[in-house]
Amino acid sequence: MKKLLTATAATALMAGTAFAGGHGKEVKIGVILGFTGPIESLTPSMADGAELAMKEVTDSGLLLDAANVISVRADSTCVDAGAATAAAERLVTAEKIDGIMGADCSGVTGAILSNVAVANGVVMVSPSATSPGLSHANNEDEGLFFRTAPSDARQGVVMTEVLMEEGLKSVAVTYTNNDYGKGLADAFQAAFEAAGGTVTISAAHEDGKADYSAEVGALASAGGERLVVAGYVDQGGSGIVRAALDSGAFDTFHFPDGMISAKLDENFGSEIDGSTGQHPGTDSDGAGKFVELVNGAFDATSPFTPEAYDAAALIMLAMQAADSKDSADYKLKIMDVANAPGEKILPGELAKGLQILRDGGDIDYEGATAVELIGSGESAGNYRQIVVKDGATTTVKYR
Amino acid sequence: MDFLNALVAFANFVFIPATAYGAQLALGALGVTLIYGILRFSNFAHGDTMAFGAMVTILFTWLFQSWGISLGPLPTALLALPFGILGCMALVLFTDRVVYKFYREQKAKPVILVIVSLGVMFIMNGLVRFIIGPNDQRFADGERFIISVREFKALTGLKEGLAFKTTQGITIVTAIIVVIALFWFLNRTRTGKSMRAYSDNEDLALLSGINPEKVVMITWLIVAALATIAGTLYGLDKSFKPFIYLQLLLPVFASAIVGGLGSPVGAIAGGFVIAFSEVMITYAWKKVATYVVPEAWAPDSLVQLLSTDYKFAVSFVILIIVLLFRPTGLFAGKSV
Repeated sequence: MKKLLTATAATALMAGTAFAGGHGKEVKIGVILGFTGPIESLTPSMADGAELAMKEVTDSGLLLDAANVISVRADSTCVDAGAATAAAERLVTAEKIDGIMGADCSGVTGAILSNVAVANGVVMVSPSATSPGLSHANNEDEGLFFRTAPSDARQGVVMTEVLMEEGLKSVAVTYTNNDYGKGLADAFQAAFEAAGGTVTISAAHEDGKADYSAEVGALASAGGERLVVAGYVDQGGSGIVRAALDSGAFDTFHFPDGMISAKLDENFGSEIDGSTGQHPGTDSDGAGKFVELVNGAFDATSPFTPEAYDAAALIMLAMQAADSKDSADYKLKIMDVANAPGEKILPGELAKGLQILRDGGDIDYEGATAVELIGSGESAGNYRQIVVKDGATTTVKYR
Repeated sequence: MDFLNALVAFANFVFIPATAYGAQLALGALGVTLIYGILRFSNFAHGDTMAFGAMVTILFTWLFQSWGISLGPLPTALLALPFGILGCMALVLFTDRVVYKFYREQKAKPVILVIVSLGVMFIMNGLVRFIIGPNDQRFADGERFIISVREFKALTGLKEGLAFKTTQGITIVTAIIVVIALFWFLNRTRTGKSMRAYSDNEDLALLSGINPEKVVMITWLIVAALATIAGTLYGLDKSFKPFIYLQLLLPVFASAIVGGLGSPVGAIAGGFVIAFSEVMITYAWKKVATYVVPEAWAPDSLVQLLSTDYKFAVSFVILIIVLLFRPTGLFAGKSV
């Protein structure tokens, strides 16, 4: 009996040392996205993007001790903070994930960050949460939160530039009544007014209603040359556009990131010809490489899909740089691998990056979206400007 | 000053939408009021009865569309409507047999029946979501507009446009036909008269040989037809989503109570009172005002009494005012 006890203790001790080094054979990354809810048409390709990076790393066999990277999906619902927190809690406590690729919408991301990620000390890299409220200037996130999407403070400025170049001086704004919509609408209004434009009205709309004619009535009354719809394409945003078209209140619109998807063309087609918009995106070498890499397996140009690939890649590269899958260790390395100096790494070159890091070198991860993390760890922001022409969204340029 | 443009803007954003919405509420409220008048309880399952009827109609619409049957410029849903009504009738007769009949025989108090109807509501709501899913369903086809903004502007040369959707036109026409038919039935036919007699005084009606089970059955059949028509029209005009009908229950009840529970005329009046006040109080009058007042007086603000978020609050405020000052409603129904 005594022998058995010693043996057990010894085994446990050995196992303990092995794990303490952070060299488990398995790295689990939680993919928490809104697979149901207002952006459900965007999330499948986002998750595929993240899992593509994980597969690439697993196949290379270079991460830590040839670790196998496993993706664990969970539903953030995009809007229900309680459900999202519960889902994330389950991944952290039951699945014992080593990092979170997510969440997607700003409200649930903030909820998961404060209730789960900070409480349990898990790194979180969001591909699409863009609320300015998530910029942690005073280290409230304990250095755990990063995002490969830019803050909407930046999007507000880009939107202003696009509209000013179109020669529009007065616009009406409607936003979905949540952290994302309010944050973006406020950021835009500040930037637009600073540039000499007028926002005639900035009114919220609730998602999930059948009828938006009353909201559109107020917007029409306020007037403006174009209607900015800071909403979701699978939700009230489309309802607002439909009601505005039906009542003839507005002919052209401006769409930020939440509205741009294949669904928009499908819903409205050429009815919204001449409308403009922008969403995070880049024409850097990485973007083309990423499309090649995906090779038609899923929609590589869908909003936030390249960002999701980059978010997952950053987590794994930082683990390699820190030589540990412990969040407390690798959270310090994310900014290092994302920014200069070092060898530039593009999509499909993760193996090269892992090898350089293993050899003690330095990398500058460019990825699919020309990743450059600034401030408290958020993307500096490149945007793809679009215009609706003959019923299809087409790229004008990148800025 | 430009009264014509003001009038067009008013019609486009207030009058036409509010009339269509009012017609939908009136049809819904008629169903509620009939149940209250004859079966003597507030049927909270009415919103979901509407959703169920609309759902059956949608399923048949899709079937017809897949067969290539259409009504040309009119939506196919009109053709599917009779089947939706039959489906809804089957469901309400089934719930009456299985649930309400038991409580009727027990002579249960109205408040118990209200709670029972609440349970029925949850089951129907689950059933609808189970069959068709919780998402938006689009089933409107045919011509979208009787007159669109562009056509109107080209026709009149006015600065303001006017849109009149086919669904809005159908809603109003159907509501008028249904209301006329219902009143003819209640006032002119033997069955209708026996229903009113049963509603006025149950004991006297029974003594004069009216069969109560038949009255109850006819009531349910009429209510199912009204609910399906109201639900389908609402879904056609706006969009079909099961939860929307749960929310619609509130203005529908407000309409029935404002008009006077148990009074069919009241239900119609109540529907329009609620619809017009919801739309007019939350509408921003700046555009209309700018046309009407002299230029120097043109308002800078939106001239909006309440933000559109408070749409439902308006119906409740009216409801409270009516209950405080005229508890029997505008058309003296039964007091609540």
